[in-house]
Amino acid sequence: MDIQFTEEQELLRSSVQRLLRDQYDFEARRKIVASEEGFSRTRWKVFAELGLLAAPFSEDAGGLGGGPLSTMIVMQEFGRHLVVEPFVETVVLAGGLIERLGTSEQKQGFIPGIIDGSRIWALAWTERASRFDFANVATKARREGGDYVLSGEKTMVMAAPWADHLIVSARTAGDNRDRGGVSLFVVERHAAGVNLQSFKSIDGRRAAEISLREVRGQLLGAEGEGVAALETCRDRAIGALCAEVVGAIGELNAATLDYSKTRKQFGTTIGSFQVLQHRMVDMFIAHQEALSLMQHLNLSLNAGDSGLSRLASGAKSKIGYAGKFVADQAVQLHGGMGMTDELNVGHYFKRISSINIQFGDPAFHVLRYAQLDAAA
Amino acid sequence: MELALSAEDAAFRDEVRAFIADNYPAEMRVPNPETDLTKEQSLLWHRILHKKGWIAPLWPKEYGGPGWTVTQRFIFEQETSRAGTLPPLAFSVTMVAPVIYTFGNEAQKKKFLPRILSGEDWWCQGYSEPGSGSDLATVRTKAVREGDHYVVNGHKTWTTLAQHADWIFCLVRTDPNVKPQSGISFLLIDMKSPGVTVRPIITIDGSHEVNDVFLENVRVPVENLVGEENKGWTYAKFLLGNERTSMAGIGRSTRYLRKLKQIVKAEIPADDPAHLEFLRDIARVELDVLALEATELRVVAQMARGIDPGPAASLFKIRGTEIFQDITELTHRAIGNYGLAIREHPVSANCFMPGPDYGHTASEKYLNARKLSIYGGSNEIQRNIIAKAVLGL
Repeated sequence: MDIQFTEEQELLRSSVQRLLRDQYDFEARRKIVASEEGFSRTRWKVFAELGLLAAPFSEDAGGLGGGPLSTMIVMQEFGRHLVVEPFVETVVLAGGLIERLGTSEQKQGFIPGIIDGSRIWALAWTERASRFDFANVATKARREGGDYVLSGEKTMVMAAPWADHLIVSARTAGDNRDRGGVSLFVVERHAAGVNLQSFKSIDGRRAAEISLREVRGQLLGAEGEGVAALETCRDRAIGALCAEVVGAIGELNAATLDYSKTRKQFGTTIGSFQVLQHRMVDMFIAHQEALSLMQHLNLSLNAGDSGLSRLASGAKSKIGYAGKFVADQAVQLHGGMGMTDELNVGHYFKRISSINIQFGDPAFHVLRYAQLDAAA
Repeated sequence: MELALSAEDAAFRDEVRAFIADNYPAEMRVPNPETDLTKEQSLLWHRILHKKGWIAPLWPKEYGGPGWTVTQRFIFEQETSRAGTLPPLAFSVTMVAPVIYTFGNEAQKKKFLPRILSGEDWWCQGYSEPGSGSDLATVRTKAVREGDHYVVNGHKTWTTLAQHADWIFCLVRTDPNVKPQSGISFLLIDMKSPGVTVRPIITIDGSHEVNDVFLENVRVPVENLVGEENKGWTYAKFLLGNERTSMAGIGRSTRYLRKLKQIVKAEIPADDPAHLEFLRDIARVELDVLALEATELRVVAQMARGIDPGPAASLFKIRGTEIFQDITELTHRAIGNYGLAIREHPVSANCFMPGPDYGHTASEKYLNARKLSIYGGSNEIQRNIIAKAVLGL
């Protein structure tokens, strides 16, 4: 099942690698995170120039037709460098939803701005009571002429402070947990009635609470199809986030191994202690398994296999637990240094912790994996 | 679970409980007392306990201890931690002071002990160095005798709350030509001495708890040497023993479990399958706490009969820290999407935090708790101690 990358894919990988090596080392990232906005529009433009933002889109939509495998390649490298720019939010989530659901007018209107790096997007689906359930939506939308008017509160919207546009889930029918009554809308971030309260997230990014008061939005897709669309979109996001975790795990393992070979205590390197050797072997195994499952999932996403959603949940869970184990142990084996803001290890720890919450934690997804099996 | 208490001890427990309820400063009830209080605020409770004569339960009566039995000390520890009071600064009261009254001379006892009791002096610990973590005996900070002074040069690290400290107790190398354990001395250094520099270390939770302390040609009067020159390792080990006995943290874990249950109840509807999963996970941790508490009570009962628990204290450190890590992790998971947010440090009223109040410190606690299995002798080292000293391996 090992992936043999095409020449094009290899080219993509090496160009991302080169770019990040030159422009996104840990010190550069630290400056980006500490900046006023908390991300770099300059880097974002460079990503666009390199074609990264076009890679997964179909050629019809003006993209490079690389699909989920190109996303996987990009995200693995982004994971290695802890890239904070909103690739998943803008390209994978919003881009994916627009490409799948949008009218040709919407596609022509929105996708070029994503590809050329001029527009940033965020997906506002979480609410106070929603936890990880797309169907639990209290925000309301009602039809008014050709448009809709939205009111409600969205919470913990990642990348929202950076965004120009939002995709918002809102209820067009049914009660608060009714799957069939949720629809998606495109809302301008600066539209009248949109109010953001921004804050920093655990992984050094930015997020916001969003309140919508009689905000005009345009429907994306058909009424009532929001939950199904979000689920499909989540599968692809999981493919991307799993790749990011695998990239982070690889770096953590390399750093830990390196440290254990140089750090001396009791007159010898700590890597010579058997208890730590076995720990690092388990970290290695976790990496291998996560890598394999990540490839398996993304190949399935590429092929559009049936049963995909169950596999996505399985991967989110298994790779999430692997990431958590490796991150815990990487901090532990680095000792006090692993606890510092100065070293990159803790930042990988926090990014993995953040991914483990987004779109459902590993416990949520292992349960979903079981439930989808029972339902089949 | 309770010790089988005599009527006298039960009355004492009630007295402690009532005293805390009546006197613990409201000002100290902040979201995270370990990071959100100023130095002055964190000393308020210390001063109240001092006035009451309860600040130093461990100390013999002649130096200002309350003269409690093992059982009373345990009751006090249990009540204060169950009530969530901020413990008096351990580095002062339970770490350096016992070294001073056990190994120090009369002048040192007279000079330092009253100021520790009153809270006038804040102490920090100069043990770890960049090259000496788990392997503490290799400390390289040098103290060279020049007349009636030592001249100290070196770099201490992970020094907790050194930014507030008036004094630092240091392990220094006074004889480089013998085996590492034999050339160490225990030196008390005034933080205001020329040549002492404190540099903050920010940890992954964003807080400033630990520091680097640089010592450059710091002149320390010889009278600040505790005990004998080159015998410092003995005193250091004595002190570390005191550090580890209080690490079971039953009261703290019990409090956090109670809070976790409330969060799960509020955040996850009973018909969500995750609800039952959380109840099961919480029950497992609760049983871990119960087993550790029963072990602690068994050890306390043995100590009351004069039996030394010895290195089994490492067991408390291992399990106490693992349990608390589990609880902070579950709490972080229980608040769901709000676990993505983290408070900014230093905490100010201007920083917006989303979500319900009870979730505001979940992220920082979860991150900060990773240190527990590392500091005070990593859990790997504690297991080595049990393997060697208890199991004879």
